[in-house]
Amino acid sequence: MSEYIPRYQGSVTKYIFVESPEMTPQDLAVRAYEISGGSMIKETCFGLQVTGTAEDVEKIIEALRLLDPDHIFVKDRGFPPGDPRRCRANLGGARPGFFGHEFEISLIRHVSHGLHKLPERDTQSISHPPSPGPEEKLNISKLKMLIDAQEP
Amino acid sequence: MAKVFIYPATSLILSDLVARFGHTPLSAAQSIREHIQTAGLESPPLQISPEDPKKGLKYAAVEVPSGVRGRMSLYGPMIEDADAGIIIHDADFAFGCMGCARTNELIIFLVKKRNIPVLELNYPKNDEEGAEFVAAIRDFLVGLGREK
Repeated sequence: MSEYIPRYQGSVTKYIFVESPEMTPQDLAVRAYEISGGSMIKETCFGLQVTGTAEDVEKIIEALRLLDPDHIFVKDRGFPPGDPRRCRANLGGARPGFFGHEFEISLIRHVSHGLHKLPERDTQSISHPPSPGPEEKLNISKLKMLIDAQEP
Repeated sequence: MAKVFIYPATSLILSDLVARFGHTPLSAAQSIREHIQTAGLESPPLQISPEDPKKGLKYAAVEVPSGVRGRMSLYGPMIEDADAGIIIHDADFAFGCMGCARTNELIIFLVKKRNIPVLELNYPKNDEEGAEFVAAIRDFLVGLGREK
């Protein structure tokens, strides 16, 4: 085991996803570079990664969100950009975590629609979100069938 | 500002909505960041050291696979720290390369056991469900602000 010296210690990295009919990751990146100050901006196919001090990153995100509030989504990232343990340049194939993003990005237009409609909504109205149904109990006859199948 | 544990802990949608409505999402990235930004001995890929499964013993017994205990050493302290939780039930991607089914069951159990306000949902499948999904999360989070 060798000594581990972390890179970018004390920094915060956030993903900024853009899924908009009016804005591309490149438009977002141009604006981010303008206001980046000392923070690191990495343009990706889905948006950006911003790395810097927590305050600087928060300020950049606040400014970028204003460009298209209903279509820009932000989340934390544990690893800094280009980290050899996560970067596809070293590993090949999809980055771990890609499948989660791929799945959620496929639904995010519904969330954008929800955010767009939110101001029109009466604050007193009760929401009926998609909820998990009652848990399906095991049928007794099916249980007996399973037990019978196990017996020699 | 309440600390809201989100499940799936890597969810972009939940992470964004919780932060957007003025609260702090407790997600996997924060504990991973803490691990990989702490100097020590090299323990790739996530700097999960042999100490972590021992911390996980608080949440899962010794005969439980070390992967569950290792994961619980990341998620357990966040669940203890949370003021509220949002759980999405039909997150199939949380099992596989991103996580372990038994850990996921344990996480949901521990969140419910804490007796904190918990919102349980499914992912929206169309625009109408999207509007209800966002409204439900907004109402839940605004309610947390009032309770505080």
